[in-house]
Amino acid sequence: MSESTIKILLPEILNLHRLEIYQQHNGYAALRKIFEMKPDEVIDEVKKSGLRGRGGAAFPTGLKWSFMPKSNEKPKYLCANGDEGEPGTFKDRQIFEFNPHLFIEGCLIASYAMGINATYVYIRGEYKKWIDILQQAIDEAYDKNYIGKNILGKNYSTDIYIHRGAGAYICGEESSLMNSIEGERGYPRVKPPFPAQSGLWGNPTNVNNIETLSCIPSIILNGGEWFSKIGDSRHPGTILFGISGHVNKPGVYELPTSVLLTDLIYKFSGGIKDGKKLKAVIPGGSSVPWLLSDELDGVRMDLESLKAAGSAIGTGGVIVLDEDTDVLKVLKRLVHFYHHESCGQCTPCREGCGWMEKILERFLNGNGTMSDVDLLLDVANNIEGNTVCALGDAAAWPVQSVIKKFRNEFEKRARKEPIQRQPVKAPHVVEV
Amino acid sequence: MLTEENLKKVETLKGRYPNTKSLTLPALWMAQEQFGWVSEAFMKYISVLLNIPYNHVYGVASFYTMYNKKPVGKFHIQVCTNISCQLLGSEKLVAHLCKKLDVSKGEISKDGNFTISEVECLGSCGTAPAMQINNDYFENLTLEKIDDIISKLK
Repeated sequence: MSESTIKILLPEILNLHRLEIYQQHNGYAALRKIFEMKPDEVIDEVKKSGLRGRGGAAFPTGLKWSFMPKSNEKPKYLCANGDEGEPGTFKDRQIFEFNPHLFIEGCLIASYAMGINATYVYIRGEYKKWIDILQQAIDEAYDKNYIGKNILGKNYSTDIYIHRGAGAYICGEESSLMNSIEGERGYPRVKPPFPAQSGLWGNPTNVNNIETLSCIPSIILNGGEWFSKIGDSRHPGTILFGISGHVNKPGVYELPTSVLLTDLIYKFSGGIKDGKKLKAVIPGGSSVPWLLSDELDGVRMDLESLKAAGSAIGTGGVIVLDEDTDVLKVLKRLVHFYHHESCGQCTPCREGCGWMEKILERFLNGNGTMSDVDLLLDVANNIEGNTVCALGDAAAWPVQSVIKKFRNEFEKRARKEPIQRQPVKAPHVVEV
Repeated sequence: MLTEENLKKVETLKGRYPNTKSLTLPALWMAQEQFGWVSEAFMKYISVLLNIPYNHVYGVASFYTMYNKKPVGKFHIQVCTNISCQLLGSEKLVAHLCKKLDVSKGEISKDGNFTISEVECLGSCGTAPAMQINNDYFENLTLEKIDDIISKLK
């Protein structure tokens, strides 16, 4: 089997969302298997797999699980993060729609390993259809006693509940997510304390992404070592890469980490729309630094390779921009998003995002000046690292990277020169 | 003000959370699904029902963009204009919808049927441009497709 045909999360099986079909394909076999293991052995297997979180930060999952206290003095909670608000990211909804029981099984294994009393699945409010699909799967699993009291006759009980968000991007940040479950505004909390010490209602809590938890059943069934050999050894497994923008075949592709970014664009997604050339790529959701078309050689979709290229894997949501794209217009739309979604708690983010949007608006209206470019960079630099959560950084990074890579487009606008978007040969270059 | 069915749901939800404050978001959703929007009167009702301060309920409702703080049309059309949809022409779709339904963004059409809103990423980037009408998603939109969808709304 070639690596690119390994499908852990979204295998091509018809009606897999139905419990009987899921069971026919080894569904809930991993749950039965863990009851023969000690909780620590389950955590060790996840550590051995090298699995890293799929929500953006790529933190090692097994290590995160091991931070949870062993004592059962206080209730312990798992939050499954399905807020999925990062522009360019649309992977979790595929799991809810096509393989919800895999995710449920992942939650149950995580719960057993950490002694979790209840899982709260936080799903963005817009996903009503997918909330209903998941709820149906949860109900089926309760009926079969995969969830609930004394699961499969064992001395272990846990619950899974869905909590519907209401349109706040910041609730994808783990501490805002917990505040939202507690019935509060989604304000990020200052860390420490970390959730494993004091999370939901002050109790130990673990927050994992939907895709991360969905990787768990295959790790338990096939062993951590098997998983660790897929893709890049420092960031192993398959990832649901979401590709959007100017490509012929946008969509979600499950591929091993370390797939070439150019393969993702040209081989799997059919290349650039309308036969145009590539201008830039945002490789990991809207918040990561942009890469130019001539910076993609040898860049692979994993933590280390993208870091070396000056960007990040983020959520694996690849956004492709063709040669005709007005980068200032796109950047202004992104900054508008971060301004709109800033929770308002930290001044640099609340005021700075609005300020950056106003400067970009000046450029688009033809009133931007040369000094505005440096002002914009200065504002971005003063937001970065000066806020409680990473939303401020997420707003600053694209601005910094676009100024670095497309400064000429800002300056041409400031000089009111027309922007030549079609690449042309410089007249003084003589072909030999 | 909540229906009998919703009041039963509130009682079920009380068993899922350690305190009633955690029911703020679910209760606001019930209000919106029952009436289409969340009025101040309803927020006061929720504060009594859940035994939490009214200003807390108001603060939460005003923080989250999906709670409608004023009435919307029978069909709330929410068009995503974030990056992936923008790259594939969502701005034109918004302008087309406003013209076709003779309504400005954020307003209710004269017949009370439509409200058009521009929203942040709907998580439909691979099938952009996209819009949501009430709870349903419509994707891979074109002007023709929009005309067809609107003509089928009743």
